[in-house]
Amino acid sequence: MRLSASSLSDLVRKRDFYAGGLMLLLGLFIAIKGLSYRTGTLMHMGPGFLPTALGFILVALGLVIGASALSPSEPGESDERILPEHPQWWAWLCILASPVAFIVFGRHFGMIPATFACVFVAALGDKNATLKSTVVLAAVVTAFGVVLFSYFLQVPMPVLTWKGGL
Amino acid sequence: MISTALTDLWYGFGVALEPHNLMFCFIGVLVGNMVGVLPGMGPLATISILLPLTFGMKPVAAILMLGGVMYGAQYGGAICSILLNLPCHPPHAVTCLDGFPMTRQGRGGVALGLTVFASFVGASWGITEMIFLSPLLVRAALQFGPAEVCSLMLLGLLAGSTLARGSPIKGVAMTVLGLFLGSVGTDLETGSERFTFGMTELDDGIELIALALGLFGIAEFMSSVNQVAPINTRYTNVGLKDMRPTKADFKQAFFPMWRGTIIGSLCALIPGTGPTIASFVAYATEKKISKHPEKFGTGVIEGVVCPEAATHSSVQGDFIPTMSLGIPGDAVMALLLGALMIQGIVPGPQLISQHPDIFWGLVASFWIGNMLLVLLNVPLIGIWVKMLAIPYRFLYPSAMFFVCIGVYAANNDFFQVGEVAVIGLLGYVLLRLGFHPAPILLGFVLGPRFEENFRRAMLISRGDIGVFVERPISALFIALCVILIGTQIYVRLRGAKPPIKPALYPPAGARPGDLELPTAAE
Repeated sequence: MRLSASSLSDLVRKRDFYAGGLMLLLGLFIAIKGLSYRTGTLMHMGPGFLPTALGFILVALGLVIGASALSPSEPGESDERILPEHPQWWAWLCILASPVAFIVFGRHFGMIPATFACVFVAALGDKNATLKSTVVLAAVVTAFGVVLFSYFLQVPMPVLTWKGGL
Repeated sequence: MISTALTDLWYGFGVALEPHNLMFCFIGVLVGNMVGVLPGMGPLATISILLPLTFGMKPVAAILMLGGVMYGAQYGGAICSILLNLPCHPPHAVTCLDGFPMTRQGRGGVALGLTVFASFVGASWGITEMIFLSPLLVRAALQFGPAEVCSLMLLGLLAGSTLARGSPIKGVAMTVLGLFLGSVGTDLETGSERFTFGMTELDDGIELIALALGLFGIAEFMSSVNQVAPINTRYTNVGLKDMRPTKADFKQAFFPMWRGTIIGSLCALIPGTGPTIASFVAYATEKKISKHPEKFGTGVIEGVVCPEAATHSSVQGDFIPTMSLGIPGDAVMALLLGALMIQGIVPGPQLISQHPDIFWGLVASFWIGNMLLVLLNVPLIGIWVKMLAIPYRFLYPSAMFFVCIGVYAANNDFFQVGEVAVIGLLGYVLLRLGFHPAPILLGFVLGPRFEENFRRAMLISRGDIGVFVERPISALFIALCVILIGTQIYVRLRGAKPPIKPALYPPAGARPGDLELPTAAE
């Protein structure tokens, strides 16, 4: 199949093009990194054997997935958007920041601040969140969570501490 | 043979009825039912959240509880789809088709009542199947050498990734990715570290809980946040009195229920075809043999009862390959198997003889759990219905806390909390690119055992790869793999859509508009 300029621009609009590309890159990375470990022989396999093999399989699968973007898309499957209709950048950031807040506060101040921060940050992501509702939710989950995990399940994490030095 | 099975079952009831185990079974089904009702939370996320809580428990109690979550969620999911038209969990997507119209006609209570009954019948059949089939499978599987185990795993992985929802080739890619993720960490055979990039925290490999919570927790929250429409609670006013079906309803539901049960139990035997496919096949079959197929979709009882019975029968049947061969059919089973492995129990055909308390206790607890669920669902229906109104904006931040603390508690290490965030981001990217992350978990759990057996097989055969087709049983599995791939390619080349299209299922917390009429009904 010859790629003209128009079909190429068609291609980059397809979701499968990126899906295949990602698998290809991942596979290449795994295979190359895997080759740096000892692969050994079939009879005495080294640690690098399986990862290298998997990497190459992933490269092949990536090529097939990417190639399927070449065929004209079926009318039923019109969803070629990578981002959803209404991207929720702020909410996504909040959700991903929530574990980070948990780590930072947990390391330095203990379970109560960590829980509060974790829930608070995550709840900010909702578009209807108000400061009051967020604080109340975080407080309720903190009270419940600390009792459950610290007292009943004995998770070894100080409830409240001060290690300073952020 | 029947008498030994019954003696073992009796022993199992003894285990399951120990107060301690009974309590955890009850907690499991209760939480499962609750979570099944909540729109936007799936059984996978719930089991992963509860997994860290089981570390301090005995293995029997842990597996009883986690198993209870799984089938409990199926009961709850039916409530959600019948009363709200929300297919929160994939197997219940078809239940919406006739369940919600029944609700609009004011017969939602009857639909729920019959669903509970059909579910119980379906589940009981699935359990019976498990009691008699598992020991047979085990007897065969104990003869397997490494080569057979290897090709059986290959078959399981291929079936799990190609027959599940979404594009088969993308499913295979996810399985391969999962196998790779399973190889991260110290290589057991040679002791060398792989893909750790100097991080000592990765020496023990990627944490199963971090992987599961990242893929099914954080990634799902990212795709559902601010996307969940406010729930229409207009029809959710259902009380106990509304649930009683009339004699005519009952008569109408009786045969569809049995047909659904049989279809579900057959689907459970094919690895990779879980409850979702079972419910679609059941609905399509029921419509085909019905005397009035045109009425389907307008609220007929058969359209609710048959897929629900199939779902439950196949949910229980799915435990057969998982417990007797150590080969999970889908991600939920992989997670349960992972929970057993964390407890130090090696899955495989020797499990039943080495840990009879786990296997027979689990089987007996299914019955107890299903009875508890009937008791929970019938009189307490009002409470479940009220839970439907909990908004997502309270749900996901609380769940985020459980994710963080759960991952932390696995190792008492903050590193894993960071790991879960990274995996969550990766999972969301994959989701947006049209991959379904469930097969990753399948590959991850089976990966290390696959590598070990592959190595052993190669060592025994002195590096001859032909061993896989020379040994008859192994050759049979390989042939099945080839047939599986061959049909997929054939279907694709012919351009024909496969008869079942499970890709219908939108991610958790979907909007009702996402549910198109399934092609399965055609």
